Amino acid sequence: MQLTVWTYEGPPHVGAMRVATGMKGLHYVLHAPQGDTYADLLFTMIERRGERPPVTYTTFQARDLGTDTAELFQKSARDAYERFQPEAMIVGASCTAELIQDDPAGLALTMGLPCPIIALDLPSYSHKENWGAAETFYQIVRQLADKARVAPARDGRRLRANLLGPTALGFRHRDDIIEVTKLLAGLGIDVHVCAPMGSTPAAITGLGEADFNVVLYPEIAHEAARWLEKTFGQKYTKTIPIGVNATREFVAEVCAIAGIEAPVDPDAGRMPWWSRSVDSTYLTGKRVFIFGDATHAVAAARIASEELGFEVVGLGCYNREFARDIRTAAAKYGVEPLITDDYLVVEDAIAAANCELVLGTQMERHIAKRLRLPCAVISAPVHVQDFPARHSPQMGFEGANVIFDTWVHPLVMGLEEHLLTMFRDDFEFSDANGPSHLGHGGGHAVKPEAVEPVELVTVAAEPEGWQPDAERELMKIPFFVRGKAKRNTERYATEKGVTAITVETLYEAKAHYAR
Amino acid sequence: MTVALAPAARIESPPVLRERGQREVFCGLTGIVWLHRKVQDAFFLVVGSRTCAHLLQSAAGVMVFAEPRFGTAIIEERDLAGLADANEELDKVVHRLLARRPEIKLLFLVGSCPSEVIKLDLSRAAERLNVTHAPNVRILNYSGSGIETTFTQGEDACLAALVPEMREDAASQLLIVGALPDIVEDQFRRLFAELGIRRVDTLPPRRAKDLPGVGPGTRFLLAQPFLGDTARALETRGAVHLPAMFPFGAEGTTAWLHAAATEFGIDEMHFRSVVAPGRERAKRALARHAERLSGKSIFFMPDSQLEVPLARFLAAELGMTIVEVGTPYLHRGHLADDIAALPAGTQISEGQDVDKQLDRVRAARPDLTVCGLGLANPLEREGLSTKWAIELVFSPVHGFEQAGDLAELFARPLVRRDKLMV
Repeated sequence: MQLTVWTYEGPPHVGAMRVATGMKGLHYVLHAPQGDTYADLLFTMIERRGERPPVTYTTFQARDLGTDTAELFQKSARDAYERFQPEAMIVGASCTAELIQDDPAGLALTMGLPCPIIALDLPSYSHKENWGAAETFYQIVRQLADKARVAPARDGRRLRANLLGPTALGFRHRDDIIEVTKLLAGLGIDVHVCAPMGSTPAAITGLGEADFNVVLYPEIAHEAARWLEKTFGQKYTKTIPIGVNATREFVAEVCAIAGIEAPVDPDAGRMPWWSRSVDSTYLTGKRVFIFGDATHAVAAARIASEELGFEVVGLGCYNREFARDIRTAAAKYGVEPLITDDYLVVEDAIAAANCELVLGTQMERHIAKRLRLPCAVISAPVHVQDFPARHSPQMGFEGANVIFDTWVHPLVMGLEEHLLTMFRDDFEFSDANGPSHLGHGGGHAVKPEAVEPVELVTVAAEPEGWQPDAERELMKIPFFVRGKAKRNTERYATEKGVTAITVETLYEAKAHYAR
Repeated sequence: MTVALAPAARIESPPVLRERGQREVFCGLTGIVWLHRKVQDAFFLVVGSRTCAHLLQSAAGVMVFAEPRFGTAIIEERDLAGLADANEELDKVVHRLLARRPEIKLLFLVGSCPSEVIKLDLSRAAERLNVTHAPNVRILNYSGSGIETTFTQGEDACLAALVPEMREDAASQLLIVGALPDIVEDQFRRLFAELGIRRVDTLPPRRAKDLPGVGPGTRFLLAQPFLGDTARALETRGAVHLPAMFPFGAEGTTAWLHAAATEFGIDEMHFRSVVAPGRERAKRALARHAERLSGKSIFFMPDSQLEVPLARFLAAELGMTIVEVGTPYLHRGHLADDIAALPAGTQISEGQDVDKQLDRVRAARPDLTVCGLGLANPLEREGLSTKWAIELVFSPVHGFEQAGDLAELFARPLVRRDKLMV
């Protein structure tokens, strides 16, 4: 048993729902107790979908357990077929149905429904959401892809590739598809099928007709891509085009697979210059903690290190299946890889990392809020605000532009930070005054929000702890960096076994942590 | 006033459509989302699957609570191998949790679908753990499983589990039963004090140690219509239920307060003078929204069991037309007064076959559909205005001072529809 407060991933059948909801013409009949329908709201509320997920739940209750839940399943499957007339159906069980062992797959297969039935075996007590999505997509591809339909001879036709991996509820999948499609079009390559998101069972049957596959999200598409390679000889891309450098490499990899010449100097968008311009000098060496799914976390670490000049001080993922990628990357940045799906462990790691920016999921957003650290979201799971109305990809050169803006925005920017430091003795920065931009006159009554009066009150002026002179010195430090100065000093004191914190300790600590 | 105070006429039972099929409702675990805010030193430990944990965080929505007073002990493959091990594992999880959260005084082990199906006996687990952790922590159990409870029934199961813990107290007292926001509870306490009912207590209490007593002198009002098991448990302890309409709107609140006033022998004139100011404020607040809502049609999908009293409120006090009142479970006894006050011939449905019910919504095209979060956006996309049912459970909506807010919850989607020009 594992004690869990918040979870990074849902159960595997939610992964199957993400696949089904991304597709059209596919219906999911899920043997599940009453209450499991909550999963619908993930799609209708968080992603703002205007249609219900194509899922029929048997919603059995205790009174059904004494009778015939198998019959209930068959009735649900029959009704679902009649009402929705899908091209194909996937059938399976949620965690509780798995325990009652009705074998929905076997039941559905004997019903003689006039469409392909794809049976899913998603063990809920040992696997999770991403694995469920990958397994579902793999089963759909394996059972529907028509082995007789292969890529026709070139004969001067345009090259075509499948995009594999995007699902419903994925982090920016919607926009990544557009960006990568554009990128491929620039190379003269058409998208044959994009799946699961945007595809149908009929389209899946023709996957073999593409020249190669582009794997956007290995967490979901890796298994399917491997099978397609084995079956149709389709090569697939390994580079994930998140970040400027990775996108360049992705273009090179695609061209190599496609057997075409790579463009000499593709337009890499604004990001490289934005990063080189002087205002960004202040980003240098910012300590960043990164946590998410492995693919996004590894990509983020590379961007942080190579393209923004940050220092990666923590790197981890919640999906053990891809832990190896994280370990490799962590070794490169000289940090301990953090492989866990325990939110509390991540929180402790972030608190200990003494970082200045957190890049993570919805969960890290809340951790960062509590630790008063700036944060940007880089990976699922995300909440409703990370399904923006505007086009907001992570992939391709436009994705790199978006990432620059999103990560840098929560930080105090260069010129701004410079001015704040220069004028920190200005009376307007004293705690007694409110921010000058909030108007004059009433200024004295207004306390800036960032001040931490509670913390200051609790500073104990005893022989052990903060001495009065050190406390006064601390108060001279501008409020927006005071919290950090206080934390650093206390940490330094603890490490050095200093019990009474003096002005000396304060500046020793400052020197110790100075870069 | 006479309408509200007239005893429920013995009219014939309204037509009830009973359906079985896919039910688009939450399970009883969801109640934890508001219960853990209400009882501030209690912790709710769900013994269930990853699905349970995922449900709770999805229903809790914004995930803003740093470290909430609920969690899930996720059953893993090896726990399924042998129940002995599962029990041992559970004990370990509880020890770890209590070590980490010393402020917890009351721990609920909450059963789920998987724990019920594998027959993990949580009442015995609670007994066992009580021996270890007494007297610092009291450990109770109830089931919030989807196979046994829907949505608000989880609160019923939780409160029913508290009843045996209540000390014997024969004194005359009034008990308000059902989790209400503190502000609403305080309003009711003030009203009862003004009326002259001296001993008033609430179940659940705000702190575990303040659990009220119960006995033959206890008279109780239900603040929520979904507390069948809790009421029964209180009755076995000698308490007497005071039947009334539920306290929604000016009329519902008046009738509810009046039931207690009558029982405690409060003078009628005094009652009227005490409730008059609140009642008038409620009516004024409602008048503003009646203009918008009167004559508009509304369809309730089954969700929180609040549907019948809310339909009563919207029809009787705001002039709305009720197309269908769907409810997961219809407690005829507790809802007798509200059912009687519904317009004659109102279609009530119990249970659900969601696709068929949506067909009826589409055919009727009501001005407003009250439904769960899974259905709201899809219906909006079809051009139908909706109200999230879950907000009715989370928001302060009971009593005189909230009557206007309650009406506004229904008016806002219509206002929005009229305002938007995109």
